[in-house]
Order: sequence, then structure tokens, then C-alpha cells
Amino acid sequence: MSIVTVQLGQCGNQIGFEVFDALFSDSHCPQGLCSKRENEAYQASCKERFFSEEENGVPIARAVLVDMEPKVINQTLSKAAHSGRWKYGQHSCFCQKQGSGNNWAYGYSVHGPRHEESIMNLIQKEVEKCDSLNGFFIIMSMAGGTGSGLGAFVTQNLQDQYSNSLKMNQIIWPYGTGEVIVQNYNSILTLSHLYRSSDALLIHENDAVHKICAKLMNIKQISFRDINQVLAHQLGSVFQPTYSGEGSFHYRRNPLGIDWQVRPPLSGLPTLGKMSLNKEFHFNTSIANLVILRGKDVHSAELGAFKDPALYTSWLEPVHAFSVWKTQRAFSKYEKSAALVSNSQFLVKPLDMIVGKAWNMFASKAYIHQYTKFGIEEEDFLDSFTLLEQVIASYCNLGF
Amino acid sequence: MTQSVVIQVGQCGNQIGCCFWDLALREHAAVNQKAIYDEAISSFFRNVDTRVVGDGGSISKGKICSLKARAVLIDMEEGVVNEILQGPLRDVFDSKQLITDISGSGNNWAVGHKVFGSLYQEQILEKLRKSAEHCDCLQCFFVIHSMGGGTGSGLGTFLLKVLEDEFPEVYKFVTSVYPSGEDDVITSPYNSMLAMKELNEHADCVLPIDNQSLFDIISKIDLMVNSGKLGTAIKPKSLVTSSAGAFKKRQEKPFDAMNNIVANLLLNLTSSARFEGSLNMDLNEISMNLVPFPQLHYLVSSLTPLYTLADVNIPSRRLDQMFSDAFSKDHQLIRADPKHSLYLACALMVRGNVQISDLRRNIERLKPSLRFVSWNQEGWKTSLCSVPPVGHSHSLLALANNTCVKPTFIELRERFMRLYKKRAHLHHYLQIEGMEESCFTEAMSSLSALIQEYNQLDATKSMPAEDLPRLRIAV
Repeated sequence: MSIVTVQLGQCGNQIGFEVFDALFSDSHCPQGLCSKRENEAYQASCKERFFSEEENGVPIARAVLVDMEPKVINQTLSKAAHSGRWKYGQHSCFCQKQGSGNNWAYGYSVHGPRHEESIMNLIQKEVEKCDSLNGFFIIMSMAGGTGSGLGAFVTQNLQDQYSNSLKMNQIIWPYGTGEVIVQNYNSILTLSHLYRSSDALLIHENDAVHKICAKLMNIKQISFRDINQVLAHQLGSVFQPTYSGEGSFHYRRNPLGIDWQVRPPLSGLPTLGKMSLNKEFHFNTSIANLVILRGKDVHSAELGAFKDPALYTSWLEPVHAFSVWKTQRAFSKYEKSAALVSNSQFLVKPLDMIVGKAWNMFASKAYIHQYTKFGIEEEDFLDSFTLLEQVIASYCNLGF
Repeated sequence: MTQSVVIQVGQCGNQIGCCFWDLALREHAAVNQKAIYDEAISSFFRNVDTRVVGDGGSISKGKICSLKARAVLIDMEEGVVNEILQGPLRDVFDSKQLITDISGSGNNWAVGHKVFGSLYQEQILEKLRKSAEHCDCLQCFFVIHSMGGGTGSGLGTFLLKVLEDEFPEVYKFVTSVYPSGEDDVITSPYNSMLAMKELNEHADCVLPIDNQSLFDIISKIDLMVNSGKLGTAIKPKSLVTSSAGAFKKRQEKPFDAMNNIVANLLLNLTSSARFEGSLNMDLNEISMNLVPFPQLHYLVSSLTPLYTLADVNIPSRRLDQMFSDAFSKDHQLIRADPKHSLYLACALMVRGNVQISDLRRNIERLKPSLRFVSWNQEGWKTSLCSVPPVGHSHSLLALANNTCVKPTFIELRERFMRLYKKRAHLHHYLQIEGMEESCFTEAMSSLSALIQEYNQLDATKSMPAEDLPRLRIAV
């Protein structure tokens, strides 16, 4: 089963490149720490998911590149072609001349409708190249104008046109101390719209990845390339093939097959007012955890601690909330590696901060004229705030 | 990629413009070694086959044949424009994109705005439309002028209304040179005041420049160069004031050093739109991020470093010094002290070998000493462009929407009042058709309202930033 990636905006395209590069490098890594046959099965599975074959043997990424101005896409295409190992499709990009100006409203209300047909056609073409489509992986940032606004628009369209396929959005959470002054507005508008059309939001925070580069990897002068490569490494270790269960002979066919839709039971929940976030949580409460193990000794790894009921919300049994995928084939030359994908309260604090800052700015009406100019009115902001406060409240209540 | 058109109006505007084109060519020559006409260079230049007569000569890609500036030159006297057309840059300008007259505006805003405005309106429209037609995707007009005279001030601001009506979707960035205290033009307060009203109402973004500040920067550089404090020589191309390596090999004229600073400002402003980088910033993002309310669109700028030492081997400390300097009042291009006033928003446009961690480290370091308005505590917009300016390994342009512009406006109002109270020289204006006393009083109200906005913001400076009560959700 194949995944079609849609890379949007500068961030989406820069990261997209690193992701495909990481996936390719790993799948062609000679030291798989497993049998040759195993390695070949892994490679074939990875290839089917992320690359399609070209006549002269250079794999083409199953990706559509979208940006409203040409510089980044040009760079991305040439970097891929330059490597000689894989590349992007010649006709897989959509580009305009003038960017979205960090304006969510422009990306969503102007670029979106204007270029809807062209972009969706490109995606359709890519989908047709797949034997069977599993879903879409949409890479975008929240802070800017194209990734965020146009990204929200495209996701909505994917929901309408491909309602049976999974849509997972890879969202880049901006640095707390500004990259873009209106990033909080753009973020709340993006999140509230994606909540209605996306199946899963996979979040990476720039601040967190930056810390990894600084503290764990000791990089002195950290560039965006460093950050994007760490990110790509993490994503690669999640998306590369794994076995579905114990004793399976084939790699699982459904790479995005986590049950993302979880609904709490309606009865039995105490009614609560707004919770104070200053309260010390002993555990970050989860509703779902997925551990992915790769490399040596995966079958004897002890995972009991992940099944501790204290980690999970009271209305879930750990057995329903915790999954593990394994493969003996090592990832990216690491003898042993593990990845954790978690649906938990981890993001409540960052989300709360963004909503708070956006609310303060909204109260002063600063920058609002830039959005109303393109059809995003104050009510749209209020709708976004309402939806996100509900999300925050729902997650907070998991702790009970 | 988009294109921009530069409109240089009046003596000051044209002299600065001339320096700008000179340095722009120098910059592109340094980057574009193979002389291919690429998208970066097309943002400011057309590629023309000069053998073709008439309009058909434009070449959109391939080798550079002959570069023509996307510029419109306007002056109501012929001296400056003639000099440009006879100088080393004569081939860069399209002779059809000029509007000149002979008599000049006599340092009278009303003559520039009302008389020449109506006289040349058609011609202006025609030249603008022509320059727009030559653009694939026109994004921005850069208007360069001075506030104190007659042409730049009057006709320059008349232009803004024309641009607004004819090209409503194109941004208007105005670089305005404000008169300094020792201005020799007696009526400059009138001209500046009348021009301010137009800037308030029709510009998207204004970059005010003060001659005195430019002069102080030059004095500072001269002091450093001549004091012998520096063990090794300064790289000549790196001086923000020099045109070393550029086309104009003529003797540097008195204002050239100052004009080069402004030219460098415009180059750095557009660098991230023209060249690649890990965090791009397009021109439409400047307005989006730095203008929280439509009327507060005055941005204070500062450029660092002012020069590079020849034996440079960038230690991190020197890089950090660049960031510190950007906030010092000595580096601002108007007389302003942003550190002691209130920030509404700040943009840092970095060029060269600087990474995101350097940027973040310096923002964290400098933040505590700066005061931001309560609703925009993290009001930073940043960009990283990989291509450094000529002669430097890295540089920084800081644009601040800060209440420190207020003193400039207050001083302007005071100088105006001193003249207006006595009705001195007023008859020169009132005798022009279309001019009445109400023009003056309206301009004054407009400026006073603007000052009041800044006052209100300043009043919030000492108040603690409170979090407003959020929406309550029933679960």
C-alpha cells in the first residue's frame, strides 16, 4: 500500500526532501542486521510505499510539491536530482510567483480556491500511480501562510475527494519566540480547520527538536538542515516497514493503521469546570501509545512498563491503548532503535500557550485587518478559539 | 518570483536611486558569476536585446544581453537626471522611463503636488503601466524621495494616490528622507507636514531616514578608519558607505556615502525575496508582520555591520556584536532610541553564514532589555538569507515598528507650528490653485492623530502584561 506525500510551503518542502532522503538511505543501507531475504522484503515494502519506479531505475518519490513562490521548490528539486539516488517527478510540482505573505487568509481564501483544480489534479495523478492507496501524508508548518492556510484548504479537499483514505498531517509547531509575528493567529486557524478534516495530526515542535540538536547531539551552530534531519530520522523510524504481529511473514500493509479515532464514553464522566493547568500532573495521561522497535533482540524486549494503567486515562484498559510494532531489520545503521508515537496530554501546555497568546493579541485587534482583507472575519477567529478551548478541555479531563 | 519597480522622485530620490542601481548591479555581478539572466536579477532588471528597436527586445532567460533597471525617474529639473544619463550608468536606464521638466518645484510642495501632479498625471500613468507590463508578477513599488523639498515631497506623494488607484494590489514601500534640524530649506516643515498626510493615508510602509543620522554614521566610520585603532585595514567593499567595486568609478560626491547607506538598506530589505535561504521572507511578509494597525506603518531601520575588518575569521562573539549593534541608537537610520521606547513588532533580516541557533541565542540574549507591547510580547519576525552582501560574510537589517519614531514627528510638528503661527511664506502655497488653509490644518490633525496613537501605546509601557480571561467551555 502506498502513501502519497503532499509537501506545502517552504517548511513542508524542506522537510519533505529530508524525509525521502532518510527513507531511501535507510532502505538501501547494507547493514540491515538481518538476512538478505529479510532485507529485500523490507526494501521492497519501503519502495512500494514511498517511491515509484522510473525506466532508468532511479526511484521517484510519491510526492506532490506545492509552494506559492519558486525558490524553495527549485532548490528541493535540484537537491534531489543532484544526489542521483532518487528524485521527484518532473511534473509533480505546483508553483506560483508570489507567496502567501505569512497570511493564513491569503493561503486559504485566495490561493486555495484559485489553484484548487491544478493542485488536486496533480494529487490525482500521483494517486493513480499507486496500486493501492493507503493515505496521504501532508507536511506543513503552522506559522506561515502557504503551509498553514493552503495546507488547511488542501486537507479539506482531500477529505471531500478521498474520504476513505487516511489523511495524516505532519505539523511543525513554530519556535515559541517568534519566527513569524502572526504565527499564533495562523496556528489557531490551521489547527481548528484541520480538526474538522484531518484524521491525525503528528506534531513536531521546533523548540523540542532544537533542544535535541543542542543537548543530545551537541551540535554547536544548529541550522534548519540539522533540525529537519532529526525530524526526518524520527519520521523514518515510524514509517519504515514493520511486522504487524508476532510470527507474521509479511510486512504490515497498512503503515498508518493506528486507530486514531478515540471517543470517551458518554456516561460516568463527572462534569468539570475549566481545569487549572498549574496543577502538577504525576503522569502525562495517554489515550494511545505506539512503540516501534527495530534491530537486535526486538522479540525479547521488555515492554511491561508501557502497560502501566497509571499512564492511561481511567476509561481505557492498557491493552486497548498500547500497541507495539517490531522488525529485526535495523534502522539507519542503529543496532537497536525505538520510537514512541503518543496521543497524550503532552501537547496541552504548548497548545494552551499558543491559544493564550493569540487571544491576547486578538483582544487588541492587532493585525486583524490583514485577515479581514481576504475574507477571514472575527467570527472565524472566535470559532477557532472555541474549538481549540474544547480540545484543551477534553485533553485536560483525561487526567481523571 | 516577483518583480519590483523603483520610482525615484526629485533630486534626493534620484541621487539615492542612482546609488541603489549601482550597488544592485555590483551585488548581482558578485552572485551571478556566469552572467545568466535568472529570477533573482529579474526582480529589479529587465534583460533587453538592444539591437531590437521598439518594445520587442525583452529576453526572459539565457545569457545577459543588456540589463535595464525597472525604474521610473521623475524630476522637475533636469540637472540630476541629465547627469545620471551622461554618467557610467546611462545604459542601465531606459530613456523612455523618464519624466522631467525644466523649471523645478521651487521647494514648494503645492507646486510639486498640485501643479506638476495634474500636468504630468497622464504621463506618469503611462510610464507606470509600461513598467508594470514588463513585469511577470509585479509585487512592489519602491518610492524614494525626500520630504523637505518640492518635487520629491509634492510630486512623490501625488504618485502614491495614483499607485493606489491604478495598482491596488501592489505594495507601496516609501523611503522618505526627513529634513534634519539644520535644513537650509526654510519651507521644509510645510513640505514635510503636507507630505506626511499623504504618507499616512496612501503608503503601505514607510522607512523614514534622517540625514543627520546618516551623517553621524559616516563620521563614526571615518573616526574608526582614521584613528588607527584598527590593526589591519578595513575591506573597502565592505563599508556600508562605499561604492568600491561598483560601476561608478567617478569621484565620490559629498552625499554619495550617505546615499549608499540607504541603497544598502533597500538591497538588504529585498535580499531574502531575491536569494535563497533556509527561512525566506518575501516583501509582502514585511507589511503583514510589521503593521499591526493600518496607520502605524512607520518602520525604523538599522544596518550592521558598518564595515568588515580584512582579516576576519568570524568568532561567535563578533556575530553577537552585530546583533547588539542593531539595537543601539547609533546604528538607527533616524534619530531614535528603540531600546528605551516600546516595540510593537521587530523584524531581523539576516544574511550570510548565520544559522537559526545564532539567531535564537541573540534574541534570547537581547529580549530582556527590550520592551514589547503587551499583546505582542514575542513580536519577532526573522529571516535567514544564504547570500551575504558584497564584502561581508554576514549582515543584519533590523526593522522596528517602535514608538521611538514619535520624537521625529513631534519635532516636525513643532517646526511646522513655528512657521505656521506667523503665516510665514504661506502665500507661496495658497496662491497655487487647489490649495487652501484647510490643507494645512488637515495635515496637522492627521499628524496629531498619529502622534496620539503612539502616545496611547507608550502609556501602556509601564503596565504589567496581563493575561486576559479566556473562553470558558462547558464540558
